[in-house]
Amino acid sequence: MPGKLKVKICAGRHLPVMDRASDLTDAFVEVKFSNTTFKTEVYPKSLNPQWNSEWFKFEVDDEDLQDEPLQITVLDHDTYSANDAIGKVYIDIDPLLCSEAATVICGWFPIYDTIHGIRGEINVSVKVDLFNDLNRFRQSSCGVKFFCSTSIPKCYKAVVVHGFVEELVVNEDPEYQWIDRIRTPRASNEARQRLISLMSGELQRKIGLKVLEMGGNAVVGYLQCFDLEGESGLVVRAIGTACTLDKISNTSAAQLPACNSPSKEIKEAPFSEDPNPNTYSSGPSTPLKNQTYSFSPSKSYSRQSSSSDTDLSLTPKTGMGSGGSAGKDGGHLKTLLRQQTQSALEQREFPFFTLTSFPLGFLIHAGGVVSARSVKLLDRIHNPAFVGIMGNTRSYKLLDWNSFTADEPETRDAWWEEIRQEIKSHAKALGCHAVVGYSESTSICEEVCILSASGTAAVLNPKFLQDGCLDCYSENRLSRQPTFFSTGSEKGEFDFFLQSKDSSSMLGLEDTSPPSCGFCHIPYDELNMPFPAHLTYCCNCRRQKVPDVLFTTIDLPVEAAVTGRGCLIQARLCRLKKKAQGEANATAISNLLPFMEYELHTQLMNKLKLRGMNALFGLRIQISVGENMLVGLASATGVYLTALPAPGGIQIAGKTPSDIAYEQHISNIQKKINDTVSRNKELYEIHPLEISEEVIGSPIPEPRQRSRLLRSHSESSDEVSELDLSHGKKDAFVLEIDDADAVEDILSLLTDAPLPTGFYSCNTENMPGIHNWTSSIQMFTTVRVFRLNNVNLTNQGLNKSFNDLCENLLKSLYFKLRSMIPCCLCHLNFTVAVPEDELIQVAATAVAMTFDKDQAQEILKSNTAPMKAISENEEQLQFPMELSSDSPSVQTFPPSKGFLENASPQTIQGTSRATSVDYSSFADRCNSWIELIKLKAQTIRRGSIKTTPSLDKASPLAEGHLRLRSTPSCTDSTVTVVKMTPLSFIPGAKIIKYLGIINMFFIRETTSLREEGGVSGFLHTFIAEVFAMVRAHVAALGGNAVISYIMKECVFMENSNKNQAQCLINVSGDAVILIRESEQEGVPIQTHGSTSQTPQSGGAPVS
Amino acid sequence: MDSNEVKMSVELDVFVGNTTIMDEEVYQLWLDGYTVSDAVSIRMKSGILEQFGTTEDVLESDTMDHYRTFQMTERLLHHPSKLVNQVLFQIPPHRQAMLIERYYAFDEAFVREVLGKKLSKGTKKDLDDVSAKTGITLKSCRRQFDNFKRVFKVVEEMKGPLVENVQCNFLLSDKLARDYAAIVFFANSRFETGKKKLQYLTFEDFAFCACQLIQNWTVGAVDNMVEDMDVDLDKEFLQDLKDLKILITDKDMLDQHKSLVCTGLRGKIQVFNEMEGNFKNLSRGLINIAAKLTNTKDVRDFFIDLVEKVIEPCKADRWLISDVRAFLTQYTNSARALDGFKYVQSS
Repeated sequence: MPGKLKVKICAGRHLPVMDRASDLTDAFVEVKFSNTTFKTEVYPKSLNPQWNSEWFKFEVDDEDLQDEPLQITVLDHDTYSANDAIGKVYIDIDPLLCSEAATVICGWFPIYDTIHGIRGEINVSVKVDLFNDLNRFRQSSCGVKFFCSTSIPKCYKAVVVHGFVEELVVNEDPEYQWIDRIRTPRASNEARQRLISLMSGELQRKIGLKVLEMGGNAVVGYLQCFDLEGESGLVVRAIGTACTLDKISNTSAAQLPACNSPSKEIKEAPFSEDPNPNTYSSGPSTPLKNQTYSFSPSKSYSRQSSSSDTDLSLTPKTGMGSGGSAGKDGGHLKTLLRQQTQSALEQREFPFFTLTSFPLGFLIHAGGVVSARSVKLLDRIHNPAFVGIMGNTRSYKLLDWNSFTADEPETRDAWWEEIRQEIKSHAKALGCHAVVGYSESTSICEEVCILSASGTAAVLNPKFLQDGCLDCYSENRLSRQPTFFSTGSEKGEFDFFLQSKDSSSMLGLEDTSPPSCGFCHIPYDELNMPFPAHLTYCCNCRRQKVPDVLFTTIDLPVEAAVTGRGCLIQARLCRLKKKAQGEANATAISNLLPFMEYELHTQLMNKLKLRGMNALFGLRIQISVGENMLVGLASATGVYLTALPAPGGIQIAGKTPSDIAYEQHISNIQKKINDTVSRNKELYEIHPLEISEEVIGSPIPEPRQRSRLLRSHSESSDEVSELDLSHGKKDAFVLEIDDADAVEDILSLLTDAPLPTGFYSCNTENMPGIHNWTSSIQMFTTVRVFRLNNVNLTNQGLNKSFNDLCENLLKSLYFKLRSMIPCCLCHLNFTVAVPEDELIQVAATAVAMTFDKDQAQEILKSNTAPMKAISENEEQLQFPMELSSDSPSVQTFPPSKGFLENASPQTIQGTSRATSVDYSSFADRCNSWIELIKLKAQTIRRGSIKTTPSLDKASPLAEGHLRLRSTPSCTDSTVTVVKMTPLSFIPGAKIIKYLGIINMFFIRETTSLREEGGVSGFLHTFIAEVFAMVRAHVAALGGNAVISYIMKECVFMENSNKNQAQCLINVSGDAVILIRESEQEGVPIQTHGSTSQTPQSGGAPVS
Repeated sequence: MDSNEVKMSVELDVFVGNTTIMDEEVYQLWLDGYTVSDAVSIRMKSGILEQFGTTEDVLESDTMDHYRTFQMTERLLHHPSKLVNQVLFQIPPHRQAMLIERYYAFDEAFVREVLGKKLSKGTKKDLDDVSAKTGITLKSCRRQFDNFKRVFKVVEEMKGPLVENVQCNFLLSDKLARDYAAIVFFANSRFETGKKKLQYLTFEDFAFCACQLIQNWTVGAVDNMVEDMDVDLDKEFLQDLKDLKILITDKDMLDQHKSLVCTGLRGKIQVFNEMEGNFKNLSRGLINIAAKLTNTKDVRDFFIDLVEKVIEPCKADRWLISDVRAFLTQYTNSARALDGFKYVQSS
């Protein structure tokens, strides 16, 4: 019995009126964990009950602790009839099982009902006493840390990156059980919520076990998804990257990673590097030398085992002992390391990494995007043999649906296994031994399911992949660490790379910084390329070959050299499909897929060139299936990589025989395109240095324009169809207009509305070219559903509509967030779904972050209006006490009182003010200014109510003080401010602690849709409720922010005729404690004290 | 091409920020009771489309989002302390203060129509007349009326200073809390303010009077230790006012009073002669008003009586405001100096 769970129910507030007669409620609480239930006393006749219960103690094994959620039900006592449930709270106690995460969960949780939404809050405290269990055969994996973030968490360093972990569990969906016909929607929803919570817990535990087996202690880039397969069941699956993480002991050390790093390697670096130039300085490597390498990448794998033996015999054993330490003797060790890399990765079934950004030196080369899709038919479960193979049978007995076939998970496993194998072979074909930025997704419509996987083929540095290797700290601010770089290049997998090592390690000692281009260099053999490509010498180091374009699914490496800024590029596509059933439907879909991918790819390429850029990062291609159409959406962040050659222009070619008018038309389009390209170059500040022809010239004649997107489709069968993505055109990039459709296509290229002045957007973690973020952020979720009303749908019309839909959504975002200018919408990823015939749903969760205008100033010259706002904004930042009544205020939180009142002591307020406000002097000034403020604020309020056109510019500070002054202390808020972001960081703030993963699943249903404001009103409330519940859980863990937040699922169904709607939302993220960057030297507790005291001293004398 | 055009309708459109975005301009339009389409056209007239290079669709979607947010916030705004402690919307404190303050702000034209009326269902039914008369939308009228009524209900029976009660329960600014105190006070005593003769008075004028009355004539004003009630006029005090009648019924007293006032004011006011000639009438007017205040009906007519019996005669004689002030001060002080009144001071 390795754990004791303790729960205390303190109080409730804002409860709904349950007794119409008295307008009050007789509330009590049931606390349930596993099979044990406790009850509090009934607190009669109150909407704010004070139960103040004893500590309810559950004695449970840690397996249960991991799987089961704590279930708290608030009920209204009724003497004569059954007690009415008010609502429930599910608390995931997993964060308490890890010593480094939260120690206590304590706070106000919204009481949630799937029919009525949030109905008041309940104050709960939860603790866990864990007993050490040394049982080797244990089924639990307590203590393994989980992170949603796809980069190494900020206060940890990666000692080893072990690799891919995956798991899936399957169950029958309660919604589709026979009993669902007789039970209430509420019971059904709750059964579903509870089941998914349980399955998530189990999944996490199983993944944890795998991590422990691999010798790791954490999962980074953990992505859990569920597939609602309808009648055939419910699949919860997860993937992640197992790592061994070391906590960076103290914050001051973390600030100075260079000094902190205990690794001897850094000290050794000069020595290990010194001999290199001498040994290998044979001048610049010529392409000819590369010819000595002649076997194809795929062959190398088959040869590997035999060759390693010979290598081993040649290698001094001493080298082995030192493991990954940087080589003192280049030659032998390189061979050894190369072989180690291979073996390290070969050991793994799937050398995949869900990470999208890496410790410096981890990523050596990125080969290009690899993706695989497969269309499957979901089979109904015919097997009547109900076997409880999910280990934890008793939990299911309660739920009464212990019914799934034993082979079910295997089927799904096999499907994914197949796809992963495919990805792996694609990566091999690109000469890469690993796949990074890996992700998996599904799209289900009725009984058809498209499974998709994609990633970026890559060559990695083995040092991070083995035990006992060097410490590596992924501090982004470090511009370069010679050790890592040089070892990185030594780790070349093939002899081929020995060449590259020579030149690049030399460069490493020179002033240029090779990590800025190393990852662009091709990993495959130039003479045995997996596909024809146009190669040139790297424009950065001029030593290695690079492709002309690079598509990847990862984030732009921080060290990469980039010209200008990046921007969001989307390719959008709809294809009609005949309605069909079963096998025929699956065939139809898989026949369409290659064409969709091809077109999406062409669009991406065109749009990339139109922006004068040459690389895509964070590429996500989503293809969703509906009954009568397929919708494809590709999003990526385009950049101009300095290392890659400048993209050629786009040339339009008409049909061969043509009249003058037509020629005119063509040249008009051509002109428009050219204008757009040059305008975009201006906009994104793409002004690359001119490079002389002789350097660029490729030694190998390469006429064909190619891209590196390798993918295939397989239907239920294993057939793999490789598609030639060549555009088959000579010369730079020619678009042929041979029919009206093509004209449309080209014109549609130009319809992408330019970004409004002051806005940037990207779908990745960092925006190339913008660094000086302020701390003002606004995370948002937006959902739109469109109905296509035309009966005679055509592909053309459909495409245009879909394109407009996405453009309009973007326009709306720009308008809504206009007060944040200059700002960048980061992590702007759209998710498309086809919930019904003729309905298209687009959802996005992103964050708008403002940045310092200094950098943006040049661009904003043209437009005066935003400029004004910006200068005002800055004024306000510089003089936080200035009573300017015209600074944008929507998103700023002035230092405020009361927010910390109820927070646990370790909670640190991370305010979003850009400037650091010195709180003590703030208080003093407050007093002296208060009279003036009083006057000013009053005028502002009274005077501006109807007159000023831009009212949202009223000074936040003035009003902030006004509030301090006018609000009596009895009404201070007890709600902690919790920031949310889809990124792994919050600008201006430092993460000091990770409190655990947030993974929540909610269902909301209504039978009074009109009364709740229609579909929009219903969903608006629900999303706001989800945010509120996430914030409450984070606050209860002692945190003040959620990072890497994503909405993984938003399934919305409506039946307006019946006045009904249902929505399922699944979100996840990492709960963290933030402190503002300027405070990190101080002790957090002090900060806490002063923040809450200051406003009181400021407010007291006047109120 | 036409057949290619796919008609699309937006079925659902939501935008939810972690920090709730609230545009003050749209908030005001919502408060003013405009429909979404009216609000959109008003916003368009402001040139917002050109300024941000956007389209009407976008503006409509934005307006709808805001309206939805405001509707969802409205029930919280009814109990501002709930807004502060609610979890659904993350709103920075200064924005909360703005929301509350604006929600409880009222139009001068509206308050003048309702001030002193019983805040009953009947009055609410007549709001469409008020709306027609003032040009304020019915929706806005209802909100303002409901605000008055809500504040009234909460503080009506509450002990302690009225202004502070309003402020503490509704988190309003000093100024607005004082205004509400006046509204509650007027509604409670049902002072008539709507008569034609009173039309020239602004709400501000009445609010000032209310403030004075609360400070000087209520139970709380006399004794702030027990039963501290600011809403009701002090019955005992009103009863005592009857004793003032002696100032007009007793001839000697009247003369004595008059001569004291005249002595004090000679050469100090412009309208001395008029005052001297009219003293008896003025004094009678004032004292009669005071003496009748024990009747609820007469309390209601307090302001109309003041205008008719005191202000209008003065106006007719072209008194200056300084003259009136000087007269009233002298009038009060002289009365205190009279023999029969000395005990009043000591008690």
